[in-house]
Amino acid sequence: MPRVLVLFAHPRLERSRTNRALLKALPASDRITFRDLYELYPDMQVDVRAEQDLLAAHDVVVLHHPLYWYSVPPLLKQYIDLVYAFGWAYGPGGTALKGRTQFHVVTTGGGADAYSSAGFHGHTLQEFLLPLKRTATLCGMQWAPPFAVQGTHRVDDSELERIAQRYGRLLQGWAEGTLTLEHMSGTTDQHHLLTSAP
Amino acid sequence: MASFLADAVVYLGAAVLCVPVAKRLGLGSVLGYLLAGVLIGPFLLGFIGEEGKDIMHFAEFGVVMMLFLVGLELEPALFWRMRRQVLGLGGAQVALTTVLLMALTLIAGLPWQAALAAGLALSMSSTAIALQSLKEKGLSNTAAGRCSFAVLLFQDIAVIPILALLPLLAVAAPVTGGGTWIEGLPGWQRTLVVLLAVGAVVGLGRYVVVPLLRVVARTHLRELFVASALLLVVGIALLMETVGLSPALGTFLAGVVLANSEYKHELESDLDPFKGLLLGLFFMAVGASINFPLIAERPVLIVGATLLVMVAKAAVLLAIGRRAGLATDQNLLFGAGLGQVGEFAFVLLAFIAQLGLLDGTWTDGLMALTALSMTLTPLVMLFNERVLLPRVGTTEAPERAADTVEERNRVIIAGFGHFGSTVGRLLRASGVHATLLDNDSDQVDLLRKMGFKVYYGDATRHDLLESAGAAEAEVLVCAIAPEAAPALVDTVKRHFPHLKLLVRSRNRMDAYELMDQGVPHIYRESIDTALRLGADVLHELGVRAHTAHRAALRFRSYDEAALKELAARRGDKQEYLSGVRAAIAEQEELLRKDIGLDLDDHDHAWDSQEMRDGIAAAQRSTRATG
Repeated sequence: MPRVLVLFAHPRLERSRTNRALLKALPASDRITFRDLYELYPDMQVDVRAEQDLLAAHDVVVLHHPLYWYSVPPLLKQYIDLVYAFGWAYGPGGTALKGRTQFHVVTTGGGADAYSSAGFHGHTLQEFLLPLKRTATLCGMQWAPPFAVQGTHRVDDSELERIAQRYGRLLQGWAEGTLTLEHMSGTTDQHHLLTSAP
Repeated sequence: MASFLADAVVYLGAAVLCVPVAKRLGLGSVLGYLLAGVLIGPFLLGFIGEEGKDIMHFAEFGVVMMLFLVGLELEPALFWRMRRQVLGLGGAQVALTTVLLMALTLIAGLPWQAALAAGLALSMSSTAIALQSLKEKGLSNTAAGRCSFAVLLFQDIAVIPILALLPLLAVAAPVTGGGTWIEGLPGWQRTLVVLLAVGAVVGLGRYVVVPLLRVVARTHLRELFVASALLLVVGIALLMETVGLSPALGTFLAGVVLANSEYKHELESDLDPFKGLLLGLFFMAVGASINFPLIAERPVLIVGATLLVMVAKAAVLLAIGRRAGLATDQNLLFGAGLGQVGEFAFVLLAFIAQLGLLDGTWTDGLMALTALSMTLTPLVMLFNERVLLPRVGTTEAPERAADTVEERNRVIIAGFGHFGSTVGRLLRASGVHATLLDNDSDQVDLLRKMGFKVYYGDATRHDLLESAGAAEAEVLVCAIAPEAAPALVDTVKRHFPHLKLLVRSRNRMDAYELMDQGVPHIYRESIDTALRLGADVLHELGVRAHTAHRAALRFRSYDEAALKELAARRGDKQEYLSGVRAAIAEQEELLRKDIGLDLDDHDHAWDSQEMRDGIAAAQRSTRATG
């Protein structure tokens, strides 16, 4: 059975209604490890060895974060910079992450329609996440299409509750092996992923 | 007593008159002292007459002290780095000069033993004159300065085996009795005594003196430490005289033995003023002891011989300097600086006379020659500087980094208690070595046991900072008791304005005082710890760790700004509020200011209520206008 590592990075969780709701739906499972990075490393001093050991012990790495200026928050970038190390994650002998799956859970303020070639931002979310996809590929990891919660500025409470339940089911699915990359192949549209059942 | 006071007035008066005049004329202090000596000597003004010899004896103590300090500077590690220069240059200089001068004296008709003895004595240069002149001209750290130091060092050390060797030469020559008990012994026993005495100095220095100094330092009485330092030097000098050895050599050895102890800098700075005064006295005595009647009797012979010896010595030095790759200008400096016959020649010649290796007319003549050559040296250096060097053109290009005489650290940490040692550990872990000073002898003791090279001494004194290398360091960390910090800041601002000062203070009041002194980098010792604890309290109460961390950081910037602001407005308030009341009033003002503080300002995390409200409002207004 696969093990799931959730790396959650939000600098001001207390101000994020959406992410607080998502985390409430986090399934309690001994196969799901939850890491609140900003709580663990308030001064950005990441414990590289401990994090590498954790990554090596899991099969699915969930990077759960808001989209800040079309990218990850600074601590998550710092985490990748330090933990995905040369000779460990890539380069000669760097095979520790090989075969694992990297899966992003992203929250954005703008709606899904803004993230399209015709929309306000002019590109899809997948396109904005290209550097992260390439990072995963370079380390020999599989890239799963991201789960996006979009339009958080407008979403109402009952809809948010529904999304949170779905977030919980997704993680449960990874952990039980009922959700695999095959299920997700062909899902390029995050909005679709958000509204369809696994 | 009256005559002692009169003598003191004569010497001090001559020095105070002549030295500033000489310096003003660009002649250097050494020549000033020498001329002062000639002036008050028996052959000009006659203020001092026959007692000149006693003064000479007393004044040699300046040389004794200088050699102790030279020895102190000579850490074994430093010596090891310089070994090639010392052995190569110094060995070549002593050997070649001795051979050359021996040849000259053989021609003059001496037997070979006497010629060798004279050659060895005359091969010595004057450490006192050469080092003092180089230091005064700021040339100690040039290539020539380093070579000079290496050669002088070799000579200073070589005197020990030479003194041991001389009695063996005397075996072959007729011996005349008298003097110290050692003279009654056969040659090999004297050699043995010499070696034993040297061993005693090394042993005592290591196992008796350092623990003794530790006890003295613990009394925290500075004058007692000065007294111990003097006692140490005088005691060793006495021991050496008793066994018929040169006191200068004994103290030099003792200096080397103590070079690695924690009291190195303290000893250095305590003895430095004595050394300076006594060296001045020594130079005056040399000036006064020049036997003008003897020179007047055979002026051509003595002046000619002096010039011949100086030219021969300089020729050897120039040849060696060229081999060592010195540039022409540096080589000239090297040759001119060391061309004289030095103070050790007095010691060796006196010993040679005792042994009967040379007769009285020869030794008197050679002593006159020595004094004359020392007097001429500043003139030769002046001639070199004014006439020769401008023709050569080049002066040394900026500092060669590789083979500096002394390794100095870029950072000095004054005060190595809990605070300073943490700073030091961070630096050490990052590969930065700092010179560490502390004036708590127990603490120094403990840290030394743990492998830290801490020196004992009061860091507010400029001479201690000087010997700790403040002139070459870049950063000084002041972690001494906050009460003493302003004194240290004063000293640094006055004597070492180039140093970047980073000062620890205990609280706001200390910080204000330091700010008044214009210190830009002030670290209140409790603020970071208190804020870290405060952040952890917030975290315990459920505030996110990162948020609490950032709140603490922002609070610190705010508090630093408030400190500056309050410091500026403090002056008038201090007039009527004092001490505790001022502190309370300020606390009040601070607390009032803190109420309006919003540490969350400008951090919306893209998702906050304000942002959502803002967007909603914007949409409403677009709709309204649209």
